[in-house]
Amino acid sequence: MITMEHVCKSYKIAKRNAGFGEACKSLFHRKYEEIQALNDVTFSILEGEMVGYIGPNGAGKSSTIKILSGILTPDKGTVFVDGRIPYKNRIAHVREIGVVFGQRSQLWWDVPVIDSFELLKDIYSIPDSMYRTNLEELTERLQLQELLRSPARQLSLGQRMRCEIGASLLHSPKILFLDEPTIGLDAVSKLSVRDFIKQQNKLHKTTVILTTHDMQDIEALTRRIIHIGKGRILMDGTLEDIRQGGENMDETIAELYRSYDIYT
Amino acid sequence: MADRIKKSVGLYIHYVSIHVRSVMEYKTSFWLTVMGQFFMSFNVFLGIFFLFQRFHQVEGFTYQEVLLCYGIVLMEFSLAEMYARGFGEFPGMVRRGEFDRVLVRPRSAVLQVLGSKFELSRIGRMFQAVVMFFYGVFKSGVEWNFLKILTVLFMLLGGMAVFTGLFWILASLSFFTLEGLEFMNVFTHGASEYGKYPIGIYGNKILLFTTFVIPYALVQYYPLLYLLGRRTHWIYMAAPLLALLFLVPCGVLWRFGVKHYTSSGS
Amino acid sequence: MKKYLSFFRLRFIMGLQYRAAALAGIITQFAWGFLEIMVFRAFYQTNPYDFPMDFSAAVSYIWMQQAFLAFFATWQMETEIFDSIRDGNIAYELCRPIGIYHMWFSRNMAQRMSRGALRCFPILIVAVFLPRPFRLEPPASFGHFVLFLVTLFLGLAVTVASCMLVYAVTFFIISPLGVRMVFTSAADFLSGAVIPLPFLPAKIQYVIELLPFASMQNVPLRVYSGSMSMGEMEKAVFLQIFWLIFLVFLGQILFKIAERRVAVQGG
Repeated sequence: MITMEHVCKSYKIAKRNAGFGEACKSLFHRKYEEIQALNDVTFSILEGEMVGYIGPNGAGKSSTIKILSGILTPDKGTVFVDGRIPYKNRIAHVREIGVVFGQRSQLWWDVPVIDSFELLKDIYSIPDSMYRTNLEELTERLQLQELLRSPARQLSLGQRMRCEIGASLLHSPKILFLDEPTIGLDAVSKLSVRDFIKQQNKLHKTTVILTTHDMQDIEALTRRIIHIGKGRILMDGTLEDIRQGGENMDETIAELYRSYDIYT
Repeated sequence: MADRIKKSVGLYIHYVSIHVRSVMEYKTSFWLTVMGQFFMSFNVFLGIFFLFQRFHQVEGFTYQEVLLCYGIVLMEFSLAEMYARGFGEFPGMVRRGEFDRVLVRPRSAVLQVLGSKFELSRIGRMFQAVVMFFYGVFKSGVEWNFLKILTVLFMLLGGMAVFTGLFWILASLSFFTLEGLEFMNVFTHGASEYGKYPIGIYGNKILLFTTFVIPYALVQYYPLLYLLGRRTHWIYMAAPLLALLFLVPCGVLWRFGVKHYTSSGS
Repeated sequence: MKKYLSFFRLRFIMGLQYRAAALAGIITQFAWGFLEIMVFRAFYQTNPYDFPMDFSAAVSYIWMQQAFLAFFATWQMETEIFDSIRDGNIAYELCRPIGIYHMWFSRNMAQRMSRGALRCFPILIVAVFLPRPFRLEPPASFGHFVLFLVTLFLGLAVTVASCMLVYAVTFFIISPLGVRMVFTSAADFLSGAVIPLPFLPAKIQYVIELLPFASMQNVPLRVYSGSMSMGEMEKAVFLQIFWLIFLVFLGQILFKIAERRVAVQGG
């Protein structure tokens, strides 16, 4: 389904130090720093797999997701998703994927959620029958009945996330990218979101790629974990591979970060 | 092709309807903003009014002729601000990372960006523009005929294209930098503000600049001369159509910008 | 005093960081000033006898206006303040050992001065070297220059004191947008930002000059350009001082009442 081979990506960012003098200096001159976001990344994911993609902030998680969803063009390497090169034919590619950015909403703030859904129907040109079936199913499984009539601004974070996930699946994508889907949610919402994702994977064979900082998400959802740090794949294995040391996931992961000296 | 256009227009209307419904959730603040828009251009009108009280005419243009001119420019600008606001606020969209969302949807990015904003409150300015326009139409002594009405339509079309193009340039530039884009105000707001007087009064250099670089004069000064009967050659009437070409380099810049974005990710 | 100074410094640094924004602002103001001058030149060439001041005085007025735009722009109020009043964060500010009126007053002064200081010199320097008739001429005399500085400062203070009233009103009504808009539009026209007041008919000008808005940019810009007589200048300075005291006094009373309300309602 997904293959990435020897993918590299680097950015230039402007640098500035704090302080009055520096602020004055930067009026005239600016320093740039090159950041290697991805450095020879290779992995492949099968159809219907659920994969946890983890690593500290700035490790290259979001760059990977951006490349796979066609937002970003890599400097080097080859990428295939479902037989397509994501960044070559964006529109054909994104028809088949769903993306949930945990920290950014795609719902319209001031109109009922159902209106946002209707707009998405138009955007993805979803046929009426398919839209109705999907909406029914998602409403049922995500318990959206009560929520669809209220504007997004009146929903709690958990309710909103359920709607967000529903919104990303209206067009029956084959691949679902979830970028920190449980961030900031309370315990009950987290559980229901996890359950739903699991179900979705079972029912529709949707391939799921999940980035998160929450190790319990990983434990609950995925067997396979890809671990990235400083732009390199550090580990590609099962939950058990990571766990071998101790019982507590957070500690194990923290230990891992330290051993690779990436948490600097 | 026709089907695609129909679908795009349908989607755009869908966007607009959502914006209108959103705005109606905050009726008070909406009407206040409409008033504010009106006051802002009303001050400009007061300035014109008192200057003409004192001087009676400027470079051969009368008060009524100037209002006709300003009415048309202000209509173009407020309409462009209404539907092309998505370009105007695009720097914020890039800053908040929302352009990523646009890219993961199977529709043209331009359509989605335009759909991301619709500034209904500009009807405040529009209202004043229409009043000045009709005052000018009836009091300026223009002898109206079919060709002159056509000229006004060309002016509106061309003017909206020029303003849209400028907002489009602003949006495209924000792929490269988010700082200092305020200078584009010179061209957008500056043109609407100083477009109140026929461009000819600003002297030859500005006339040249607005003929060949940013084609305001093509949509304002030359066709105005035709309307007022000071020029009769058809080229003065068709000049606004030439200004439509301005959209071509704007579109090229945008494509270039999207390319830059997808290779730098910021 | 030190507290106020540190506020001032912080704001100044923040202002400096937006270098590109500042540059863009300067360019914008240049273009604005230039086009404004062209408008007045066109009217002057059409009918020089009805021009109410020397053409060079109008040019100076416009350049000085552009250079010190940040001092007098009434639409540039601090959204932070409106937000903190609306969402109730104001309660934290009230806990600080410093009068809220004084704090916001100095904060506003600092912000305007830092923006202005950053932007005025490039405009002034270039405008001085432009060819005639677009050149910014030196003030009529050294006395005029000193009086210009004094009235510039007074005008800034009157502007800030008026804005403080708008902030104060926010405590009492839910949506400050309307008040703010009416205030901004009125101030814009009545302070001579749209066209210098002498271009208005004499009777209207006489009445408008008595209003507090005329004590904002109108006075320093006209003192500098030398379009006021000795008597007019005396009267203008007197009015500036009078309005400053009155507005500050009124603002403090409103803030006292507002603070009490916040304390009672618990924010």
